[in-house]
Amino acid sequence: MSPARRALPLVGLVGLAAILVARPLPSGAQPPPGATVTPGALQTAPATPEDPQVAQGRYLAVVGDCEGCHDRPGGTPYAGGLPLRTPFGTIYSANLTQDRETGIGAWTADDFWNAMHKGVRRDGAKLYPAFPYPYFTHITRAESDALYAYFRTIAPVSYRPPANKLPFPLNLRFMVGFWNALYFKVDDHPSTGPSPGRHIVEGLGHCGACHTPKTFLGGDKNDHALEGGQLDNWAAPAINSDVRRGLGSWSSAEIAEYLKTGRNARANASASMADVVRYSTSLMNDADLAAIGDDLRGRPSHAGPVNTSLKPDPKLMARGEAIYVDECATCHAVDGKAQPGLFPPLPGAGVTQSTDPTTVIRFILSGTQTVATNARPTPFAMPSFGWKLTDDEVAAVATYVRNSWGNVAPAVGPSEVGKLRGKVGKPIQKPSARV
Amino acid sequence: MAIRNPPVDAVMIGFGWTGAIMAQELTDAGLNVLAIERGDWRDTPTDFSPAYAQDELRYYWRHELFQRLNHDTLTIRNNAGQTALPMRQLGSFLLGSGVGGAGVHWNGQVWRFLPSDLKARSHNLQRYGKAAVPDDMTIQDFGVSYDDLEPWYDKFEYLCGVSGKAGNLKGAIQAGGDPFEGPRSREYPNPPLEMPYALTLFGQAATSLGRHPFPHPAANASRAYTNPLGVTLGPCTYCGFCEKYACGDYSKASAQTTILPVLMRKKSFTLRTNCEVLKINMSADGKTATGVTYLDEKGQEVEQPAEMVFLSAYILHNVRLLLLSGIGKPYDPNTGEGIVGKNYAYQITSSVNVFFNDKILNPFVGAGALGMITNDFNGDNFDHAGLGFIGGGYVGILQTGARPIETHATPDGVPTWGLAWKKAIARDYLKTTTIATHGAVMAHRGNYLDLDPTYKDVYGRPLLRMTFDYTDNEHRMSDYLTDRAAEYGKAMGGREIKTNYRKGSWDVVPYQTTHNTGGAIMGDNPRDSFTNKYLQSWDVPNLFVLGATAFPQNPGYNPTGTVAALAYHAADAIKRQYLKAPHQPMVQA
Repeated sequence: MSPARRALPLVGLVGLAAILVARPLPSGAQPPPGATVTPGALQTAPATPEDPQVAQGRYLAVVGDCEGCHDRPGGTPYAGGLPLRTPFGTIYSANLTQDRETGIGAWTADDFWNAMHKGVRRDGAKLYPAFPYPYFTHITRAESDALYAYFRTIAPVSYRPPANKLPFPLNLRFMVGFWNALYFKVDDHPSTGPSPGRHIVEGLGHCGACHTPKTFLGGDKNDHALEGGQLDNWAAPAINSDVRRGLGSWSSAEIAEYLKTGRNARANASASMADVVRYSTSLMNDADLAAIGDDLRGRPSHAGPVNTSLKPDPKLMARGEAIYVDECATCHAVDGKAQPGLFPPLPGAGVTQSTDPTTVIRFILSGTQTVATNARPTPFAMPSFGWKLTDDEVAAVATYVRNSWGNVAPAVGPSEVGKLRGKVGKPIQKPSARV
Repeated sequence: MAIRNPPVDAVMIGFGWTGAIMAQELTDAGLNVLAIERGDWRDTPTDFSPAYAQDELRYYWRHELFQRLNHDTLTIRNNAGQTALPMRQLGSFLLGSGVGGAGVHWNGQVWRFLPSDLKARSHNLQRYGKAAVPDDMTIQDFGVSYDDLEPWYDKFEYLCGVSGKAGNLKGAIQAGGDPFEGPRSREYPNPPLEMPYALTLFGQAATSLGRHPFPHPAANASRAYTNPLGVTLGPCTYCGFCEKYACGDYSKASAQTTILPVLMRKKSFTLRTNCEVLKINMSADGKTATGVTYLDEKGQEVEQPAEMVFLSAYILHNVRLLLLSGIGKPYDPNTGEGIVGKNYAYQITSSVNVFFNDKILNPFVGAGALGMITNDFNGDNFDHAGLGFIGGGYVGILQTGARPIETHATPDGVPTWGLAWKKAIARDYLKTTTIATHGAVMAHRGNYLDLDPTYKDVYGRPLLRMTFDYTDNEHRMSDYLTDRAAEYGKAMGGREIKTNYRKGSWDVVPYQTTHNTGGAIMGDNPRDSFTNKYLQSWDVPNLFVLGATAFPQNPGYNPTGTVAALAYHAADAIKRQYLKAPHQPMVQA
């Protein structure tokens, strides 16, 4: 299957943790030869009426995208063991099942609250902020208790995730204390109001984990919240009111549609965001999605105006246009307007004009696949061009799409393409013929 | 010791169009369905990239999407007096393999049969008398009527987002459509594709001759379309790589672009790829199919019990599995006894090239079913009295995209290689179009399928043996159609035309059409047919044989529309009737 990747910040270091997410298998992912393809698990409501607190907890676990990290390929849901890989070491997600020895079966509601609210394990040790407690600290005690009640229903699975592979001194958990002193503040008055959208965005939804730029120590630059981040060789775009690079031209309803269905007339969710949609936002209720949309649209941008007077080299643009017409116009159309809802339009797109061109380059090099949801099940994909376009050519066409049809963004250089090419994995397609 | 799997409600043997349609319908009805596919998993995002889908050498000439003949092929002869030899290279027809089957590399031509096509025997006897149907012409009525199938034709057209113009809406003839078609309950879901220049010229020429041209109904979406299952197709880009290729743009309807995004998400559905069914298992009394035995991807033998068994592979594989499983009585051409393998049929094609001096036709612009067609000489749309044949075919231009290795029509008198040939290609490539005829093949006593006595597959099982040739009926009909095509060609006003009749015996080498039919035919009684009108075996009521296997003869249209309609028709009956009384025949013999 295609490597679906997510990322979270790691203690003391820039967040480059890549987490393989296992299931369900989206149509469009490729099972290995001979595999038994069991269809994706659709979230279904339990047959018998559920305790309201448990039901609330089940929903909050969706909002928090807990399964996104706490499932491993081939493992039981919530049994943990998913490796969060970073250039500096690997952290494995915890077993959240009710096993008393290896899971959280022995935890009390207070223990659970301490983990969520303060980032402290039951034994008092500090959790690494790969577990996003700097966001979860904003949930209320009632929400924590509901999550706890839900996790009490998860059947125990005896499974001990592998030991973290972190070098000295990062392997010393007390080091997290220093990090916490810099980047973590316990929310003494968590509240679901007055903005339910903000409560999700800054709390359980932990949007900033990807979309907020990080300091060199991996802490959030809170004065630039949601202005776009870098993770695992992706650039997560700005999700604020920035018209050019963010969501300023989107309506709240369009944001909600994107989160619910995985696409709207402006953009398709793929890469890391595909998993967020698959496990979390597509299963959230409409009111919460609308609230998220309202909140994001109100977020200010401090990125400064775009210098629209900088024009890329006309020769580079001409070369980019020629490649674009040959390779890209099939889906995105010569005028870039593409097929909204199927293939995303490029004029005005935040990802396209992001100051950091990483995602644009990577889409061209590796391709990407739109998440399939119940509402929009077709797994539209962009193919890989890394095997047929040189670094120069990718740079030219990336520069072209970033500076055509009213778009403005810094030109892309071949060296940026070359650096990324060395880091990204194999494309999802098979350009070479079967022998 | 064979592995034994837990039983399932229904097993599909083969996972192309019919397997996907039936699995989708039966899982909707609450059944637990398993599909077993011997080929690979393949899907648009991962396998059919528009960045390399248009690779003529790789896909057409090197057959990447097709059946591997070193694994399994069939033997072929023209008549029972010959020794059949294995087909070692694909030619006349291009068998599929893998998820989606041949429905991945088809053109997307979606037709409905004429109401009279479904009653070929009784209709022709009634109109032309006994002499029109010689004793050796073993044609039959389908046992199902156009009205029975109309809702299911419609359902498939809306599944695929077919682009076309209705010619007959509830009996009212519509301008711009096919006036000969059976009545439709509603318009096509999408408007016709844009017509390129050659097709416009053809339409004008046909109209000037008093014929009735109309745009070919195409499962190549003319605009973005979301089907009733919620699956979305993208607009066709006219890239010219449908036929023999997979679509990278989500524009050509296939199981992948219309059903699988929904079906694969269902918990009640499982697909096993790279698993090949060896035989259908039967109860001791031979009246019940108990499941199948297959080889899994590791080569282990697995027994898969099932309440219902569906043969949903290509027709040649369906028939062979029946024969290998000992189900039904094999057909004997000497006595006319037996039913399995009977009434194998094909189609007959010919063409007329039209060369212009002054018209740039851009033939590389194409789509699989981008065509301007006349049905004036199809089926019984014209009076056959005195012609010496029954049946017919469509005549028109299908501009599927003039792929460069494949496409180099030259006028009469041009050498087939060398400088003069190259000059002619350079002069004519952009200014040539080809009118095609696509004609019916009637069933004949001597055309049939059985097991080869000599040749075996990789597992040591006998290969299927095909015995087939055209008869006088086909040649007379095809020549008649070719003459009509030549009339159109002349009326188009080009510099010259070249007429390519189909002469002599059927030849397995040049590509003609992948429309093989029959071998386990449907009908209204168990003496003359293998299944009833619901594709349910008369003898083994929990066994269903889907696909063109059921056609008693092969009308002049492409088969997929009817293949799908028959599958939906069967699924509907299974849901309404069979599931309430399992293991019972839905039609009393």
